[in-house]
Amino acid sequence: MLRVVVRRLLQMVVTLIALSALIFVWLRSLPGGPVEALLGERATPERRALLTKALGYDQPIWVQYGKFLERVVTGNFGNSIRSGDSVAATIGRAFPATIELSVAALIIAVGIGIPLGYLAARHRGRILDNVIVVGTLLGIAIPIFFLGYLLKDQLTQGLHWFPPSGRQSVGIDATRVTGFFVLDGLLTREFDAAADALWHLILPAVTLATIPLAVITRITRGSVLEVLGEDYVRTAEAKGLRTRTIRGRHVLRNALLPVTTTIGLQTGALLGGAILTERVYNWGGLGSLISDSITGSRDYPVLQALILLAAFVFVVINLIVDLSYALIDPRVRVG
Amino acid sequence: MPLLDVQDLSVVFKRRGEQPFAAVDGVSFSVEAGQTVGLVGESGCGKSVTSLAIMGLLPKRGNSVSGQVLFDGLDLLGLSDNEMRDRRGRDIGMIFQDPLSSLNPVVPIGVQVAEVLQRHQGQDRRESTRNARELLDAVGIPDPDRRLKEYPHQISGGMRQRALIAMALACKPRLLIADEPTTALDVTIQAQILTLLKELVNGTGSALIMITHDLGVVAGLCDTVNVLYAGKVVETTERHRLFAAPRHPYTNGLMNSIPRLDLPRGTPLTPIRGSVNDNIPWREGCAFAPRCDNVLDVCLEGTPPLVDDGYAALRCNNPVSHAQEVAS
Repeated sequence: MLRVVVRRLLQMVVTLIALSALIFVWLRSLPGGPVEALLGERATPERRALLTKALGYDQPIWVQYGKFLERVVTGNFGNSIRSGDSVAATIGRAFPATIELSVAALIIAVGIGIPLGYLAARHRGRILDNVIVVGTLLGIAIPIFFLGYLLKDQLTQGLHWFPPSGRQSVGIDATRVTGFFVLDGLLTREFDAAADALWHLILPAVTLATIPLAVITRITRGSVLEVLGEDYVRTAEAKGLRTRTIRGRHVLRNALLPVTTTIGLQTGALLGGAILTERVYNWGGLGSLISDSITGSRDYPVLQALILLAAFVFVVINLIVDLSYALIDPRVRVG
Repeated sequence: MPLLDVQDLSVVFKRRGEQPFAAVDGVSFSVEAGQTVGLVGESGCGKSVTSLAIMGLLPKRGNSVSGQVLFDGLDLLGLSDNEMRDRRGRDIGMIFQDPLSSLNPVVPIGVQVAEVLQRHQGQDRRESTRNARELLDAVGIPDPDRRLKEYPHQISGGMRQRALIAMALACKPRLLIADEPTTALDVTIQAQILTLLKELVNGTGSALIMITHDLGVVAGLCDTVNVLYAGKVVETTERHRLFAAPRHPYTNGLMNSIPRLDLPRGTPLTPIRGSVNDNIPWREGCAFAPRCDNVLDVCLEGTPPLVDDGYAALRCNNPVSHAQEVAS
């Protein structure tokens, strides 16, 4: 098991280095750049040359890349071109917001998707099953930003059930510990702040959860249907076991194997969905940071670090998924 | 009173847009306590469906079951889902054909044995594990302590079938149904498993219904034999009588299809003509008529009745006469 982890971590390092090179070249091949963004279109060539030199962008690209790698190894991602703050601090501020949103979305997707998929399989071919299947199709097909604005319009402006944007109501003076607002409220026993943060969290989380929820539901349904027809489920029935035992130990445990893989892949996709969702709800997480860094200022250092971080998170999640797969399925436990 | 008395059992499968299909068509037979009864026939004759109907394991939708399955005088078909659940594994155990697919791949063998004891005898985890270990030992699995923790893919095919037998016999059921328990196994392992079943059945006093297409299994194990063809019993008799003088042309055909060591080398086998699909519906005549060498005109005029002459029960208008065969 340990060898598998070590091998996967080494693979991860290779992946990240290759990816960083790709991002580095790709970003610089885009038209425009930080210099233009900072100085505007009317800047004199002299001033441009000066700033280009100051930022180090006059050097050959491999030299720039070498310096970048050198800094990364020491954990230094440089400073944001836009704000001048260190990249680590900039990302550190936004990171908890995105994680909080993604985790909430994942809880919704898994917590509802698996039972829903199971229910559909149990009622195969009947009305409930059809309703669920059509619902998942809608869930997959509907674009996030469309759903986001729809929910926002209907439930915040018309009905005022939820706040329209942000992570916390103005006027609530909450103590920050981790940057996860709901968790902070619970840790500091400021329960009104926690409730307020949760209230803000619901709509964005639901919006972000739709696609993974639909995918997980469908995979669970298919997987449960397959397992229900397996001989070992019949054996379990022949033993006269309680329905609860059969469902949990014999059906779900096997049916969840493919679902585990799906959850891993969907978690990766969540990062992409978060960009759109955060924009709709003005969430202020990594998604907002990415779009600001691209459109506003071509903030190379921040962008590079963000994409690497996203890739890192994705690889780590898939490693966790593979390891948990081995925990559930003894057949894949290899040395 | 017999332990199990199956009366006029029918299972009809219904699919939308298709003709209803009677997989089991008025089957009656009985099993005395401690007796071993064979259900014999080729694939598709309804033997497995009969056993699943007795166990209440047929799918809930798409079929209708009629008749009676009296266990100790109580009709199992009239029981609720939960009442039947209480009896399965406790009063009636069942062993299936393919031991690998019949075991849950992600649950250790020990848990799969122990869960029966926890369910029906209220044993806690520790007690049931200890008993599971003894059960594995009793069915001849070497090093049971290690096997308890292993998963099905880690043990051999023979051991898997032994583990399934341990599960089925864990609560010492009064009736054990074995559905082709040796089909998926090597010939040498087959013999071991049959010997084990015989010993265990003798030891616990369980009755056994042996479902098989293999007359060799019948010869070694069964007291009474029911031969099924196309969902109906065509011959019921005591084992020695069946082997001495198979009277239904189908049974006779099955016997002739067995390779024999006492005939000269090169003697061709005489298989039964056609396949199980070449039959006619019972209401139009004898389903076996299209494949039968003894067929008469009367065979195509309605279902032949099952007639019990005290020696054997037979559903045939023109049974094989063995006096003739000896003379020729």
